[in-house]
Amino acid sequence: MKLKTALTTVALAGSIAAVSTPAMARDTINIVGSSTVYPFATVVAERFGRNTDFPTPKLESTGSGGGLKLFCEGVGTQHPDITNASRRMKPSEFERCQSNGVKEITEVRIGADGIVIANSKDAAKVDFSLEQIFLALAKEVPDPNGGDKLVPNPYEKWSDIDSSLPNKAISVMGPPPTSGTRDAFVEIAMQGGCKQYDFIKKMDKSDMKSVCHSMREDGPFIEAGENDNLIVQRLAQDSGTYGIFGYSFLMENSGQIQAVTINGVEPTPEAISSEEYPVARSLWFYIKKAHVGVVPGIEEYVAEFTSEGAWGDNGYLVDVGLIPSPRNERMEIAKRAKELQPMTGKEL
Amino acid sequence: MTDQRSQAEIVRNSLKRRYRKERRFRLYGMLAIFIALASLAILFADIINKGHTGFVKTTITLDVALDSEMMYLDDPTDEDQLSMADFVAPIIAALQEHLPEADSAAEKRELGRLIGTYGASQIRDLLKDNPELLNTTQTFEFLAHDRVSVYVKHADNPRYSIKVSEQQQRWVDELLEKGIIDTSFNDVLFSRGDSREPANAGILGAIVGSLLTMLVTLAIAFPVGIAAAVYLEEFAPQNKITDFIEVNINNLAAVPSIIFGLLGLAVFIGLFGMPRSVPVVGGMVLALMTLPTIIISGRAAIKSVPPSIREAAEGVGASKMQVVLHHVIPLAMPGMLTGSIIGMAQALGETAPLLLIGMVAFIVDVPGGFLDSATVLPVQIYLWASSSEQGFVELASAGIMVLLTFMITMNALAIWLRKRLERRW
Repeated sequence: MKLKTALTTVALAGSIAAVSTPAMARDTINIVGSSTVYPFATVVAERFGRNTDFPTPKLESTGSGGGLKLFCEGVGTQHPDITNASRRMKPSEFERCQSNGVKEITEVRIGADGIVIANSKDAAKVDFSLEQIFLALAKEVPDPNGGDKLVPNPYEKWSDIDSSLPNKAISVMGPPPTSGTRDAFVEIAMQGGCKQYDFIKKMDKSDMKSVCHSMREDGPFIEAGENDNLIVQRLAQDSGTYGIFGYSFLMENSGQIQAVTINGVEPTPEAISSEEYPVARSLWFYIKKAHVGVVPGIEEYVAEFTSEGAWGDNGYLVDVGLIPSPRNERMEIAKRAKELQPMTGKEL
Repeated sequence: MTDQRSQAEIVRNSLKRRYRKERRFRLYGMLAIFIALASLAILFADIINKGHTGFVKTTITLDVALDSEMMYLDDPTDEDQLSMADFVAPIIAALQEHLPEADSAAEKRELGRLIGTYGASQIRDLLKDNPELLNTTQTFEFLAHDRVSVYVKHADNPRYSIKVSEQQQRWVDELLEKGIIDTSFNDVLFSRGDSREPANAGILGAIVGSLLTMLVTLAIAFPVGIAAAVYLEEFAPQNKITDFIEVNINNLAAVPSIIFGLLGLAVFIGLFGMPRSVPVVGGMVLALMTLPTIIISGRAAIKSVPPSIREAAEGVGASKMQVVLHHVIPLAMPGMLTGSIIGMAQALGETAPLLLIGMVAFIVDVPGGFLDSATVLPVQIYLWASSSEQGFVELASAGIMVLLTFMITMNALAIWLRKRLERRW
């Protein structure tokens, strides 16, 4: 009997707590977005929570596209305040934000990240050109027998593409389409390799995109989800497999994996920052101005992120793998972030 | 006569084959059990092997001179000064006393990196609360930097030392010898929320989040589930509508859990405007997921109460409600509780539906109520397993051990309750 009374009490207390939930004001900053920016943003958020009286912001890793989707849903505390992205906002996303009432958005470029192709340290070090990457991973490639014709990708081994490459089956693990890393890889590496062919370059833009941006689906390219750690583990076990991910993962796991040089360039911070390394991209976050003042601490969080101690040349984000922008550019961006200058949509 | 003998012979001849068949059959069964046990053993061995170091922390104990000049701080009550002060310098100075050979600016920086970034906050917080301690010498127990910690714990495996420079390795070895660096039980793991630094990351936030979520789940799923089971078994008329409901409850039990997450996102967050990432919404979603399990097991428990008990009660003039409340439910309780606890244990290990309602997130502060942002144990394990720092690998496995402990406790509770409340007739 006693047990029954106890259970009933718990049940009642719980139901009351569950029913009386008003849509209430929020005092914690909500941040969503890219899994590539997540390691940087979480470090900033934790420091911010530790060194100020504001609660530590809450971060969800949703991918750049997923983050911008949530971000542009509307204004109000049930929607996120900031979204991180490993690519720039697309004009279509800006439009969607505008039509949902998210009018004033401040854009902050936080620095750069290189996309690396890496394999196990036990395997030989190789060099790929962008063209070879495209031929290995695209759905359709130019006919190897010559002519301006596209055929389904016939290559099964790296040595089929170029005899100087290893005589091993092509096996590359990469991120899914929701990931900003995938977008950037496709846009920079695949398209870069694809444009080496004149007849593709001459196609009209949407045809060209569909050729260059389609990854093969017959096995050699494996979509591995947003969990980059999983890729690292697989690479360590299987020396024939390559993985695609952000530079910070290479840095953290340099004991187990090594980078492939692309067009002969090793992915070093200097080479990525100067864009000498061909597959580099910028990282961003976007602030919803309408929430500033409603949710406490947004301005202070942005100030912490854009401080020299964080994103500067010797800042703590560099330790986590961020590649800083040049100093004068940083100063300019920090100033605009402080004033919360809204985007016009024309810069995209 | 000859017929009978030949028949007996046939039986005798086939006997051997039949015995062999039976032995083989038994062997298959034993093999199946062996495979199950072996994979369980491998799983446990792997988790414990990877995770036992997660329960160990590496500390560096130092006498730090809180020199005001060195820290650029003369008034710890002044917020501006606090934010500009250098709290790393006194730590480096204290380390230098033990390692006098580290003298150049670069070496000093390397020295500072032996200690996690929380070290500076420790000094800051102490001075903020006790301004009178400025210019005294205090003993601090700092947590070592993640990389140092991994190096100390895996001294025999060169794969783990790759992040620590050779110079740092020499220093660490020296400090270990002097007893300045020491390892002890990792109480941080059970007293803090998540952190991006493995040395400072704790699982308390996730444990509290799981408890809050489970409370909401229990509060909704248990009464609703039992009421539904009792009504369907005892009161509902047998017709097409109840048949339809029954089929649907059984179907619901087989619906993939992510669907409940989508439902929660659309209804609780979209329609009712509830906040994301809170235990209330998580608990409600998981309650929907557990309901069918509780209803089905509740109905089975009620069905197993012998009709003679109902008839006897009705025979002495009890009303239908009295029969149900005084006899059927108390007798069915053990079965209902077992079903509920197993359903709850399932909900405890669930992450997929929580992904959509935002409970898969980086949350540092330990939740204080049903409406604070929170994660749950399996989510915390997932987040650690997908972080790039090596220290998180062992934390993830340690987290798995904590989660398994909870699961085993819940299942043991179910068995104990059943044993205690069970009645025989």
